[in-house]
Amino acid sequence: MDGEILRDPTRRFVLQSGAAVGGGLLLSFTMTAEGQAAGDTQVNAYVRVAPDSKVTIASKVPEVGQGIKTSLPMLIAEELDVDWSAVTVEQAIADSKIYGRQVAGGSMATTLEYDGLRRVGASVRALLIQAAAARWSVAADSLTTEPGVVVHAASKRRAAYGELAADAAKLTPPDPKSLTLKDPKAFRIIGQSHKSQNLDAITTGAPTFGIDMRLPGMLYATFAKAPTYGAKVASVDLAPAKAVKGVKDAFVVEGGTNLQSIVPGVAVIADSWWAARKGREALDIKWAEHPTAAQSSKGFETKAAELSKAPPHRTLQNDGDVDAALKGAAKTVSAAYSYPFLAHAPMEPQNCTAQVKDGKVEIWAPTQNPESGRALVAKALNVDPSAITIHLIRCGGGFGRRLMNDYMVEAAVIASKVAAPVKLVWTREEDIQHDFYRPAGWHNFTAGLDASGAVVAWKNHFITFGEGESFSLAAGMNSTQFPGRAVANYRHDVSVMPLGFPTGFLRAPGNNAFGFVIQGFTDELAHAAGKDPVVFRREMLGAPRLLGEPGKGDSFHTGRMRGVLDLAAEMSGWGRKVPKGTGLGVACHYSHLGYVAVVIQATVKEGAIKVDKAWAAVDCGRQVVNPSGAEQQVQGSVLDAIGSALYQGVTFENGAAVTSNFADFPLLRMAEAPPVEVRFKLSDNNPTGLGEPAYPPTPAALVNALFAATGKRIRSLPIGDQLA
Amino acid sequence: MAFTLTVNGERRTADVDGDTPLLWVLRDTLGLVGAKFGCGAALCGACTVHLDGQPIRACVTPISDIGGKTVTTIEGIGKTPVGAKVQDAWKAIDVPQCGYCQAGQIMSASALLAAKPKPTDADIDEAMNGNLCRCATYTRIKKAIKVAAGLEAVGEKA
Repeated sequence: MDGEILRDPTRRFVLQSGAAVGGGLLLSFTMTAEGQAAGDTQVNAYVRVAPDSKVTIASKVPEVGQGIKTSLPMLIAEELDVDWSAVTVEQAIADSKIYGRQVAGGSMATTLEYDGLRRVGASVRALLIQAAAARWSVAADSLTTEPGVVVHAASKRRAAYGELAADAAKLTPPDPKSLTLKDPKAFRIIGQSHKSQNLDAITTGAPTFGIDMRLPGMLYATFAKAPTYGAKVASVDLAPAKAVKGVKDAFVVEGGTNLQSIVPGVAVIADSWWAARKGREALDIKWAEHPTAAQSSKGFETKAAELSKAPPHRTLQNDGDVDAALKGAAKTVSAAYSYPFLAHAPMEPQNCTAQVKDGKVEIWAPTQNPESGRALVAKALNVDPSAITIHLIRCGGGFGRRLMNDYMVEAAVIASKVAAPVKLVWTREEDIQHDFYRPAGWHNFTAGLDASGAVVAWKNHFITFGEGESFSLAAGMNSTQFPGRAVANYRHDVSVMPLGFPTGFLRAPGNNAFGFVIQGFTDELAHAAGKDPVVFRREMLGAPRLLGEPGKGDSFHTGRMRGVLDLAAEMSGWGRKVPKGTGLGVACHYSHLGYVAVVIQATVKEGAIKVDKAWAAVDCGRQVVNPSGAEQQVQGSVLDAIGSALYQGVTFENGAAVTSNFADFPLLRMAEAPPVEVRFKLSDNNPTGLGEPAYPPTPAALVNALFAATGKRIRSLPIGDQLA
Repeated sequence: MAFTLTVNGERRTADVDGDTPLLWVLRDTLGLVGAKFGCGAALCGACTVHLDGQPIRACVTPISDIGGKTVTTIEGIGKTPVGAKVQDAWKAIDVPQCGYCQAGQIMSASALLAAKPKPTDADIDEAMNGNLCRCATYTRIKKAIKVAAGLEAVGEKA
């Protein structure tokens, strides 16, 4: 079998000695991997060198399709000074004491690791140089490296890394801060395109993903939960499930009330997943009543309409005097925008494999956030977190869903009641109906324009979910979001209603909705001002300046946004003549430290929408680490957002999601996917991540293009048949 | 009951209920986990395998329907000249993001090229439209199919 951890599930790094240094940057560990080739040297927690100088680099962050398993090891390899062809990448085990933050979320890995992992590589290189210096009795600063080789130019002596590694591993690592990193002009690896990891396994069907796990004696599990979140099992007859051929056991799991952990349900254990599923189908479970059963999408709509008409619960930002400015405005524009709940629906349904034996818990999990899962499992099983080993398995997509580890806790709890390793696999219906949804929301905008068409007042009454002063997860909004701080008279009001369903983080949380409503409404203002949408946005951005405090995540640089706006306009030939029924739409949005402008060309014929092409201009700082992967992330984000805007929404009735599978939760298909042209606008800022920021402007660019094509303004997602 | 079937040129036996979908026989009984579970309802194409060379959705095909037909999966498609070309093109273009759907994509693309060695864009859209990619790697999938068909070179802009 190909595919690292799956090839040998017992394989893992074992800590031998040493102590962590601060900041999560670990340089002083000596480790060995069980089963590693004899003679390999583990120089630190990230780098292992073989006698033939081939190098194995650990990738700390879970891979979910964001390409981090290529780009982070590239950072180490660059400063280590090796050829990429000599590098094998291995997924690190989950251990925050060794690796610090191991989260695939927030597009933060590039931002947080860009400096530190280069120092990891530079540290190993420095140790190899020190080892050579000692061997040759020369000064370390008289030595240089070529890829994989330490060189003493004066004496023409050369030693391959493989010859030096054992000595290097015995030395004390240098202070990371003391290391001099490469001049970017000398980069050989960073900035060059490198391919995805596990390409061979993926293209030949070798075990690769969590769902592919197979262990000796492993059994399969399904877990039936109430359609209404959190409802308890009132009664169940387990006999029909146990009568199914292949079913080994069926039992009730009491569960708790924390929806992020394990909730009440019935587990069925069998010798194949199909048998476990048939057993689950045979169960006739009576669920107890639950208050969430009173909630429905229709109810939320009604309540949102009521709240929109009432005074806001709270005002979170109030700059200048909005009401006076609106009274004095030459023109006022009001519009109400809304968007639905969304599921994540990664292609690989939720699954996890777990074994509980002799007080130890071993977990093989496709997860974006392992340490959070460890804490939940420790609590659910009442074991010490150190008794839990979590192997990070490549995820068949994440999109934020696997930041939650409910399925991991389920697998661990079920495995604790079975004397064998257990693989739990959800159905697609369970995945869509037991998600942590992107919350729906409603925005009531009013803005004022002066005689020149400039925005002099902006207010937004945001209706969302929460209770009192707290918001449901991912349901709050940054109250200074642009055009906050740029418009002198600006108010952000909020009203909330309670929600029984769990919400969570979907690709570009919050922003995936706010980009749509803000940039959709901005387009309406441009139209009302009689201005070209690009020109109007330039005027709103004004002179290049930072809004907010330097270094704060909510600070916003108008000049960086102007840069990508102008580039997207140039790429798309903005202003050119298009045929009747065709329109160009633009939008720009800042999120996850990235500035992105998107232009979309769309054609509407007899109500049918065709997205012809998209152009995306991106400012993610001064360096694109892996151009191929970066292009993929931007293209994927744009197409994800187009599919979502066209089709997607999750509907609730009687406290349960009725949306169930790809028939009623459609994804974009190939014939509908337009070409997406991507360009990067380099700016003198630290490199930042790309898993998310191209999503938020896209739905607005699409509805703005549809307006340009048809004159009809779409203010509610999904677009569906609104133009039919 | 016991079913005997030919998978990737080998005779294999599975003792399962007749209603068991081929997908789960492959994955759980025979240990061939390349075909993926995505929807269980023939909506996403992640489970695509070939039955006598024709692409089918293994998640809704009961084992009792296979009879004497031969099954080819992603693990075996590389033994066919077309399948090998498609796999090579997928790697050369670096198609995958998460990679989960790609086995199904490769199986659909291989069936297309076996039937139509020089497909048009419309042929590609039609043959591939049943295969969802949540990461939306469609641009590169299309490019890789054209490369495998010899219609475009790897470095050429799509």
